[in-house]
Amino acid sequence: MLGALRIVDAVEIVSTVKRLCIDANIYLGADVIEKIEESLKAEDSPVAKEILEQILMNARLAAEEQMPMCQDTGVAVVFVELGQEVHVTGGDFVQAINEGVRQGYRDGYLRKSIVDDPVFDRRNTEDNTPAIIHTEITPGDAVKITVTPKGAGSENMSEVKMMKPADGVEGIKDFIVDCVRRSGGSPCPPIIVGVGVGGNFESCTYLSKKALLRPLNESNPDPRWRAVESEVLDRINSLGIGPMGLGGRTTALAVQVLTMPCHIASMPVAVNLQCHAQRHRTATI
Amino acid sequence: MVRRGLSRTIHLQTPLKDEELKRLRVGDKVLLTGKVYTARDAAHKRLVELIKEGRNLPFEVEGQVIYYTGPTPTKPGRVIGSAGPTTSSRMDPYTPMLLDAGIKGTIGKGQRGKEVIEAMKRNGAVYFAATGGVAVLLARSVKSSKTIAYEDLGTEAVRELYVEDLPCVVAIDTRGNSLYEAKAGHTRLHSLQPHS
Repeated sequence: MLGALRIVDAVEIVSTVKRLCIDANIYLGADVIEKIEESLKAEDSPVAKEILEQILMNARLAAEEQMPMCQDTGVAVVFVELGQEVHVTGGDFVQAINEGVRQGYRDGYLRKSIVDDPVFDRRNTEDNTPAIIHTEITPGDAVKITVTPKGAGSENMSEVKMMKPADGVEGIKDFIVDCVRRSGGSPCPPIIVGVGVGGNFESCTYLSKKALLRPLNESNPDPRWRAVESEVLDRINSLGIGPMGLGGRTTALAVQVLTMPCHIASMPVAVNLQCHAQRHRTATI
Repeated sequence: MVRRGLSRTIHLQTPLKDEELKRLRVGDKVLLTGKVYTARDAAHKRLVELIKEGRNLPFEVEGQVIYYTGPTPTKPGRVIGSAGPTTSSRMDPYTPMLLDAGIKGTIGKGQRGKEVIEAMKRNGAVYFAATGGVAVLLARSVKSSKTIAYEDLGTEAVRELYVEDLPCVVAIDTRGNSLYEAKAGHTRLHSLQPHS
């Protein structure tokens, strides 16, 4: 016998995703603004200070003028936690998300940056679809949707490495720092560094993206990883890359690690770099 | 004309003059006024094909500046959408040919390759860094915008912008000095000191 199913109309998913796409692109999170204000106090390079001030000013202007903070409004990455008691009616679930993206990018005057074929045709799909959708089935009857538009500048500098257990935590720390060093000014520093450790080849990259969603003022619940995050952040900020790679102390605002179990012979590590325009909005239906 | 204010801010007008460019040093803050042309990957590919075929480019290149940006769609009542710089290194394979053709300045974000820096030295050109992700602030400097080529490329079309006081920093100067040559622990303040 069926339990009490909750009916959610696909139209509601469309309108929610649409609103999240627009809002995520306009409003910079208070946690990011707070970190940048803190960094400004620590900087002594005039160029670095000026850049951080521009970022703060831009965040204010974007909100006031209802404009996307960055012209790269990204690929729409959508995380969905779909309660198992939910029954979606009135349309296809994936199509509903893509319709929300289509409407959000059209009505929000957001840039359409998706090409249909990655190599040969590279024709713009003109509506920023398809979205990249990660769905997790969860207990309960809620639908929690997070939209995080991801720009290419920082995504292009991300790396994954199939490390061996013998590389240990020191190997992981070095890999993260080296990845940031190699990326230089390209990912629009100050960056947020998402790290996924464990799982396998594809799941560690998923974790690294998910790690970016943690609010910057929340610390890792595991004290061992909290220490790693803090040490790696210090090392990154000693590289001298600075805001936009033009020198300074503020190369990263945070390092955030997520882990999961893995095979006895594996220790996969993914580093997903995120520019200072760290955009994500969440709503629960 | 180069004016040096107390805050070491230099006002520059396009088309750029050799003499003014020679005086610029890495770390100089520049407010750029005049026409600049937008182009990204797809437009660069076409511009370079024209050069290879010995044909005219869609705009007069001598002394001109290319801004690597693909703006968001223009909202009604506005001049342009959000318009910040994209990663310059993706244009590196094409840039030397454009510099040899007469382009004197490029605006973007992030490092440039060796061949680009060599071509800049050869042609007395400058690379300006604008702040990535501050696209609303930068769009405020844009006073007019019209598409002059490759409309089919959408956001990647070539636009002629008229900018007033577009804020940027000299990241690589005509001698090939670069702000990106980071050394751990250094904030490169040395390159920001006044010079004669």
